[in-house]
Amino acid sequence: MTWGVAGLAVWFGARCALEGIDLEVPEGQITAVVGGDGAGKSTLLRVMAGLVPPSRGAVRLPDRRQLGYLPTRAGGFGDLTVEENLEFVASAARLHRSTPRVDELLQRTGLASFRRRLARDLSGGMRQKLGVSLALLPSPRLLVLDEPTTGIDPVSRSDLWRLIAAAAAQGTAVLASSAYLDEAERAAWVLVLHEGRTLVAGPPAEVTGTLPGAVVEVDAPADPARAWRRGSRWREWRPEGDPAAVAPGLEDVVIVASLAAGAEGAG
Amino acid sequence: MSLLEARSLTRRFGSFTAVDGVDLTVDGGEIVGVLGANGAGKTTLMRMILGLLRPSSGTVLLFGRPPSRGTRRSIGYVPQGMGLYRDLTAAENLAFAAAAFGVPAGPPPPGTETGLVGRMPLGPQRRLAFAVARQHHPRLLVLDEPTSGVAPLTRVRLWDQIREQAAAGAAILVTTHYMDEARQADRLVLLAGGRVVGEGREQDIVGEATAVVVHTGDWSGAFAALEAAGLAASLAGREVRLPGAGPDEVRRTLAAAGVAADITSAPATLEEAMVLAGAGAGPGAAAVGGVPGAR
Repeated sequence: MTWGVAGLAVWFGARCALEGIDLEVPEGQITAVVGGDGAGKSTLLRVMAGLVPPSRGAVRLPDRRQLGYLPTRAGGFGDLTVEENLEFVASAARLHRSTPRVDELLQRTGLASFRRRLARDLSGGMRQKLGVSLALLPSPRLLVLDEPTTGIDPVSRSDLWRLIAAAAAQGTAVLASSAYLDEAERAAWVLVLHEGRTLVAGPPAEVTGTLPGAVVEVDAPADPARAWRRGSRWREWRPEGDPAAVAPGLEDVVIVASLAAGAEGAG
Repeated sequence: MSLLEARSLTRRFGSFTAVDGVDLTVDGGEIVGVLGANGAGKTTLMRMILGLLRPSSGTVLLFGRPPSRGTRRSIGYVPQGMGLYRDLTAAENLAFAAAAFGVPAGPPPPGTETGLVGRMPLGPQRRLAFAVARQHHPRLLVLDEPTSGVAPLTRVRLWDQIREQAAAGAAILVTTHYMDEARQADRLVLLAGGRVVGEGREQDIVGEATAVVVHTGDWSGAFAALEAAGLAASLAGREVRLPGAGPDEVRRTLAAAGVAADITSAPATLEEAMVLAGAGAGPGAAAVGGVPGAR
C-alpha cells in the first residue's frame, strides 16, 4: 500500500504554504522531505498526519489508529517517566498493558536503563528515542516523523535511524523530514522543498543525474552568482555544460536547482 | 602564527575527565571544524577557549596570551541559539553589541532591515548573528553550528561570508554535528571521550575505517537478519551498510537467513567514522584514523 498526496496545495488564509506537491510514501521504505526553515516540511508532514486538511488535491492516509506522528521536538510528556509514557500511549492505543512491544522498544533504544527517569531529565538523543518509540508503539502502517534527528549528536542520530529503518524493514511506511541533505541519503526517495514547492524529487542516488548542465570545481569562479565554496575551493554551475565536470553530489543538485529557480537569499 | 593555541588542555569535574590532554591550534586564515558526539568534550573545550572555564591543567593561548577581558575583545562568538534579542530589531541588536565592544555599529544585513528579529525567517537571523559577531573585527571567530536549519543555498552563502572572514586573516573554529558543515572546514578535529582521536581532512579522519555494503534486492530481509544477529546496520537508500563490521560475519549471517546479497567493502563515511570513534570512546579507546592522539 502506498500513502501520499497528489496535486496538494495548502493555503493558510492568503498565504500559500504548499503548491503542486506530489509524493508517494510506500510501505516498507523511508521517504525523506528536506528543506530549510519555511520550506513547508512541517505543513506537508501535518497533512500526512491528518492534522491539516488539503486546500486542493488528494491525500491518501491509513485509518488514524494506524498512523504514528512525532512533531518537531516532541518526546513524550516531560513529567512522566519513560515507562509511564509508554504505558500511557499503550493504553490510549488500546494495546494490552504488558505488550511485549514495550520491552522490545526499551531494549532496542537503550531506554531500558532509564525506565524510571522522567522524560524531561533525559538527554536530547534519549528523549528523541522515546518520542520515536511512542510513535512506533502501536505498530503504525504509516509513521510520520518531523525532524527526528535535529540537534541530536551523530551517535544518537545513527541509533535513531537504525530504529526507523527497522520499522521500515518490518513494512511500515516512513516519512521523515530533515534540514540536512546528508540525512536524505538514507532514504529510498527524497523530496526537496523550497518555499512550498518541489525543488528536486527522486531516489538520492539518481537525482544527481538530473542536473542541467555541469558543475565544475575551480579556484576562482567566472560568475560568483553561480558559484559556491566547498572548503577552500569553489564549485560553479555551468548551465551550458563543461567537459571538466565533476560528479555532482545531492547538495550540488539542490544548490543548482535553487539557483535555477531564482531562490537566492531565502529560507 | 597560531591565533589559538591549546596545549595538553585538561578539565576534570570531580572524578570525571571531560577534556583530556587536547592539543588544538587554529591559524589566521584557517577554518577548523571540531566534531564529536555528546559527551565527547566539545562544549567544555569551547568554554575553556572562550575563557568561561578554567582548565584543570594545560594552557590556552589566544593571540599569544592567556584568556582575559582583553583577549575577549578580539573574539566573535555565535552560540548555537544565535544569542540574538528576538524582541529587538536587527539594527538594535547590532547597536547593543557594538556598544558593548565600543565600536561603531555595522549595517543590518540584507533581509533584516525591518521588523523584530523574532519574526524573521531563520536564514536572515543567521546572517544577522554572524554580522553581530564580526562587527568588532575579531581575530578569532567561534561558531557553534552556524548554518543549522537553513536551506542548502542559504547555507553555502553563509559559508561564503565565513570564508571571507578567513581570507581577511581571522582564525575560525566551528563546532558541528553535521557533515554538510564539516566539509566546509580546512581541517577537522574529531573528539571522543575528551580526547583528539582523529585530525586532518575528511579522508584523514576516516583513515582505514571501512563499512561493509550489502547490495540486495531484499534490503528489509537483510536488515532484519543483520539486526537480529546483533550487527549494527544502517540504511543508505536501498543498500545496507555496516560500519566497522567484518565482511565474513555479514556474509555468514545473510547466508544463514537465506538472503541473497552481494557484499563489498567501502571506505566509511565521515559520519560512520565518528560513530565508530564514539562507540569506542573511553579509556584506551582506539583511534579511528588520521593522526591518533597527539601530534
